[in-house]
Amino acid sequence: MAVQTVATGSSTVDLGPAAALSCRECGHRVPLGPVFACEECFGPLEIAYDFSGYDTEELRARIESGPANIWRYAPLLPVPANVADKPNINPGWTKLVKADNLARELGVTGGLYVKDDSGNPTHSFKDRVVAQALEAARAFGFTTLSCSSTGNLAGAVGAAAARAGLRSCVFIPHDLEQGKVVMAAVYGGELVGIEGNYDDVNRFCSELIGDPAGEGWGFVNVNLRPYYAEGSKTLAYEVCEQLGWRLPDQIVVPIASGSQLTKIDKGLQELIRLGLVEDRPYKIFGAQAEGCSPVSTAFKAGHDVVRPQKPDTIAKSLAIGNPADGPYVLDIARRTGGAVEDVTDEQVVAAIKLLARTEGIFAETAGGVTVGVTKKLIDSGVLDPAKTTVVLNTGDGLKTLDAVAGTGLTATIRPTLDSFREAGLA
Amino acid sequence: MSVTVRIPTILRTYTGGRAEVAAEGATLAEVIEDLEKNHTGIAARVLDDQGRLRRFVNVYVNDDDVRFEQGLQTVTPDGAGVSIIPAVAGGC
Repeated sequence: MAVQTVATGSSTVDLGPAAALSCRECGHRVPLGPVFACEECFGPLEIAYDFSGYDTEELRARIESGPANIWRYAPLLPVPANVADKPNINPGWTKLVKADNLARELGVTGGLYVKDDSGNPTHSFKDRVVAQALEAARAFGFTTLSCSSTGNLAGAVGAAAARAGLRSCVFIPHDLEQGKVVMAAVYGGELVGIEGNYDDVNRFCSELIGDPAGEGWGFVNVNLRPYYAEGSKTLAYEVCEQLGWRLPDQIVVPIASGSQLTKIDKGLQELIRLGLVEDRPYKIFGAQAEGCSPVSTAFKAGHDVVRPQKPDTIAKSLAIGNPADGPYVLDIARRTGGAVEDVTDEQVVAAIKLLARTEGIFAETAGGVTVGVTKKLIDSGVLDPAKTTVVLNTGDGLKTLDAVAGTGLTATIRPTLDSFREAGLA
Repeated sequence: MSVTVRIPTILRTYTGGRAEVAAEGATLAEVIEDLEKNHTGIAARVLDDQGRLRRFVNVYVNDDDVRFEQGLQTVTPDGAGVSIIPAVAGGC
């Protein structure tokens, strides 16, 4: 097993198989540390691993006998081997639901699955990435855990910091859904509303990080972003393991910054390279809301750059108008033969209700976006209904109740059998 | 026009560690040209080989992202604050 140790100041830290940070744009490599942008070209830094020495069957057995959370994949993540022994929120190993009723409605014959990440500790996939960032924060000696958030991340950071005994102070747009505000604030950390949209919050955090006021702060999606983002690989690992160590033919992923989609692709590629799954083609599809669709707009126009937009959609967890990983999403969708599509807010709401009605899964608006886009891609013939398809639901509908606020009582009756019959409910 | 430019951590090797520096220029292009005069090497980090803003750099003049304005030709009024920020932050 390849283990790298990294000197940070006077201490030495263990980040498992993580070997260095490498610029995705120009390939410039730097030692592991709390940095996120390339000093040469500003490109995103990501973790380069040393997986040499892994025996495929030994690795598979080790994973299968591991804990029922993301730490079963610790040998493939930038975390120490004993990560499962430390106080963390231990997310993952969420249900892969075979969605036969939804498949019938959509005309899918090749098998349709919903990867339901609402089952994580704070009810969104963000627990996966925050759990990684927490380990990096510990490794680099940070005492405050922070982030810019559209809501879900704020809750995940608050919970992880509480479990780890760290201070948390997170920043959100001031007008978020009430449910998300409560679910972030309840963990007792500091929660700060910024007068502006998510991109404004993000800009503020980027400036704070370079200021003495941000000294000792680990921003999970800024200076810890290379580590944090790797958590999304675990979605790919789990889907393949739950399918019996098999790649899905098609996977539909929501796009906010685009990081999740790129890391799912990275995870699938790693499984192929390590021999854990058979190397065969797969297609990755990206899903956006029309009111914040910079990546799908670029995809459909044939562009390889993403022009920022001012978001205006109910899918606030995806409302990033200037998506950092947008160009990479375009590359991956095109390389794999996938696509990037968007749906209106009305279609998002209809899709939330469709998934709830057919499968008993109440998705937040981001899940409505992926299901809505899946339907649109099937209807337009872009997504092949005869292929195995996985759709991600990245969060719980209880977080975005406003989106389905019109849903309510079927009838109000007196507590009598006559009244029950009169209402046509018998 | 005199403006204040906020420098991200990864460019502070060019400014002697300073987080803010003064620069002159009526447009962002002129401000970057002036920065280069006093902090040699900084322009090549912000601009690509064709002289365009690198795709992973965000620049704000006061509160406005210059990509929503006139890019490098965005006017920089006297006393304006210019922020150079890595674009790869945030989200997931």
